[in-house]
Amino acid sequence: MADPESTSDNKLRSILYMFLFLYLIWLCLSASLHYQELLAGIFFCLLLTIFLHRQYYSLGLPPLTIKRFVFFIIYLVVLFNEIVRANIDVAYRVIHPKMPIKPGIIVISTKLKQDIAKMILANSITLTPGTFTLDIIEDKFLVHWINVQTEDIEEATRIIGEKFEKYLRVIFE
Amino acid sequence: MQIVGILITGIGVLFLLLGSYGIVRLPDVYNRLQAGTKCTTFGALFTIIGVGIMEPSWFWKTLIIALFILLTNPISNHALGRASRKSGIPLCDRSVVDKASEFEQYKGKV
Repeated sequence: MADPESTSDNKLRSILYMFLFLYLIWLCLSASLHYQELLAGIFFCLLLTIFLHRQYYSLGLPPLTIKRFVFFIIYLVVLFNEIVRANIDVAYRVIHPKMPIKPGIIVISTKLKQDIAKMILANSITLTPGTFTLDIIEDKFLVHWINVQTEDIEEATRIIGEKFEKYLRVIFE
Repeated sequence: MQIVGILITGIGVLFLLLGSYGIVRLPDVYNRLQAGTKCTTFGALFTIIGVGIMEPSWFWKTLIIALFILLTNPISNHALGRASRKSGIPLCDRSVVDKASEFEQYKGKV
């Protein structure tokens, strides 16, 4: 990925983020603040970071800023809200005696560029009310919808993808 | 704390039940994937976090398990759906629209 910013700076930053992320997981797993646990965690996280930071860097994650972090938290809240609604909606359709489903396969489009952003969007769509992503070609997503409301690409994009895409666009651009 | 944990685990178990009921009831493989994966994600999340609340020393570990379920579940769902479509499993009779053939056109245009 061609990046206008200085590469060594980005590399250092990605190493730092990966280390912090791994250390957070370590803290959750050990669930103790004894100094031996903390020291062992620092050692192993550093070891993993040194060996694996190249793969992390090739994901093309954007540099972290306060704004991106805040939007990421908002995005997680929106996503959780959608997951809850997805489950209640699908559960209602399952237990209703007449089964009010209108399944179909439709196409939506996205304006996101990076692969990682598209992956996050596709996974979010899979978790929202009665929709899941079947395939991706460039900027078009093939989506199975349990209750098809529209067949138009723009209209479907507005209903399914837009609520996540507006946050992801801020995070990744 | 115990009661809150039992309540949350109860909600999770209820959704697991609904998910398995959906797998039996819904007509074709794609709709079954919808019910199967969504209700079980929610059910498994709530069951695991409920257990974590009942047993506070496990809470952070259960949180990690929940995170990994959230990360991996949509990927398995997508892989199953994509494989079903590639091997030509038809949609059920109640389907209203199938744009898969239109989607194939985009392959050449890029």
